[in-house]
Amino acid sequence: MELIDERIIELQSKANDIRVSIIESLIEAGSGHTAGPLGMADIFTVLYFHTLKHNPKKPEWPERDRVVLSNGHICPVLYATMAHAEYFPLEELKTLRKFGSKLQGHPHREFLPALETSSGPLASGLSQAVGMALADKMDHGLTASRRIYALLSDGELESGQIWEAAMLAGKEKLHNLCAVVDRNNIQIDGYTEEIMPLESLSDKWRAWNWHVIEIDGHNIEEIADAFASAKSVFGKPTVIIAHTIPGRGVKEFERDFRWHGNPPGKGPTDMIPAEEQGRVALKELRTLGGKIKSEHE
Amino acid sequence: MLNLDLKLNTKLFDKDVEQVPIRQGFGEGLVLAGSQNQQVVGLCADLTESTKMNLFAEKFPQRFVQMGVAEQNLASVASGMAAMGKIPFISSYAMFSPGRNWEQIRTTICYNNQPVKIAGSHAGISVGPDGGTHQAIEDIAIMRVIPNMVVISPCDSIEARKATLASVETGTPVYIRLAREKTPVMTSEKTSFVIGKAQIFWQGTNAKVGIIATGALLYKALQAAKELHEKGIETEVMNLATIKPLDEKAVIALANRTGKIVTVEEHQIRGGMGSAVAECLAQHKPVPMRFVGVDDKFGQSGTPEELIEHYGMGTKSIIKAVNELV
Repeated sequence: MELIDERIIELQSKANDIRVSIIESLIEAGSGHTAGPLGMADIFTVLYFHTLKHNPKKPEWPERDRVVLSNGHICPVLYATMAHAEYFPLEELKTLRKFGSKLQGHPHREFLPALETSSGPLASGLSQAVGMALADKMDHGLTASRRIYALLSDGELESGQIWEAAMLAGKEKLHNLCAVVDRNNIQIDGYTEEIMPLESLSDKWRAWNWHVIEIDGHNIEEIADAFASAKSVFGKPTVIIAHTIPGRGVKEFERDFRWHGNPPGKGPTDMIPAEEQGRVALKELRTLGGKIKSEHE
Repeated sequence: MLNLDLKLNTKLFDKDVEQVPIRQGFGEGLVLAGSQNQQVVGLCADLTESTKMNLFAEKFPQRFVQMGVAEQNLASVASGMAAMGKIPFISSYAMFSPGRNWEQIRTTICYNNQPVKIAGSHAGISVGPDGGTHQAIEDIAIMRVIPNMVVISPCDSIEARKATLASVETGTPVYIRLAREKTPVMTSEKTSFVIGKAQIFWQGTNAKVGIIATGALLYKALQAAKELHEKGIETEVMNLATIKPLDEKAVIALANRTGKIVTVEEHQIRGGMGSAVAECLAQHKPVPMRFVGVDDKFGQSGTPEELIEHYGMGTKSIIKAVNELV
């Protein structure tokens, strides 16, 4: 489905609201990950507000598409998106990482049953998504129409289990499976190509019989098109390699791996003093929201 | 004497007692489970015949998934299938599943409380000639420590078949421990099996020691009890097939009746079934105990009989442990 400009602007604006919510919840939590959630906000927005077949009022609706977040540590973006989609009230975002909260430090299905799975330890999400796609294909064959989305980080592709899952998905020709790799080039210890080179990434997926789409992970239209075109790929799973900027939206945070695992207030202080980090981030995001609108007006 | 109420195999102590591998019971049970419930699926990591999942794969090829040598994927794919309503059984050697994929079992299966059934075959030291790398003698410990997990260690092939069928209904993760070698059939079709219920297989009037055994070594325990009885020492022998949840009531009652307990398992003493019994008794009925099992060592190649003797789990070792307490 092609997007009209008006809808693109709406989604851009929604993504910005989600970024604001991410920062607000991280400030309240006082711990957690910042760079990945900001970088994935556009993709989550398109997924939940455009692509996904779901019903936040009936999270157990059997015909829904499934979303498996493999790199659980970016859950602030998952929670913020789900709150904006009205799975639960926005106010609950302030309980992130607190005792008794639905919003555990890493997603736990027992606390937030609308989740498809719990995650945190890296690299097992793709396997679970493969299992879901396989189960549906077992029952419905090539007409299986529920889409299974697996959201992966690039860092976790260093783990062997990802490739075990990729191999099986290729073998089983899981047309109903769509993985998204957040290619932001950072992980907690540094830049991926220095820690453990992943390139040529698209060739690796092709070698396991996957259909590969590479996109700009901040371009709403490209994201929506990629999800749409993945649906029409026959006899293969699809992986969308989304090139993203970690920390997207707060220029002092962007591309700096030191923002991988720290919240505003505990990040590197060479650009912004710790006590200013939260305020600066929120101000930038809110201003950027204004800019996006004005550019398209 | 043998508890006749349980309708055990009457030829139990005959020289030509029927011997069947415990894993065979799993294979047959899985076929039955598949026939009774369309949601049952089977996944195997390249050991289909060894784990006897081949019986299911032949009968229900559409519901069988060959995973290749990829045990971590095996566990997590099963979790995903369970999330879609399937009841997956996964099988490999116990050393690799749950040995290699423990974290995936913890996080993707148990933390999500998905009803995946893990069949660990070739457990125990009696795997024999393959040597120490393939002898899983830590699996009970690493499975019983995870919340939501049920742990069953059947004593023979018939009990394994019943345990496999019963595990379909629990709605929880289940670990079923299986052995490779042919072992004596102690139960019969008519012997009852309920997950979480221990049974007294050997009764003794005014028994001085309670022997609690799990898995195929139960046979050695029964032989020991018979030999001791002939020497005038009375014992009771419990088959503790379900290690978790522990039948605390039955264990405490046995300790109350006998005042002394010997546990017998083909597993490391540390963390195994005996430890589970001790955790219970230390709190509710502290009694002197002895633990028959592997004492903090790795296995090696040999015949099952040689290894059971060498590592101190044979009839003689059980009798010795009982005599220490009497």
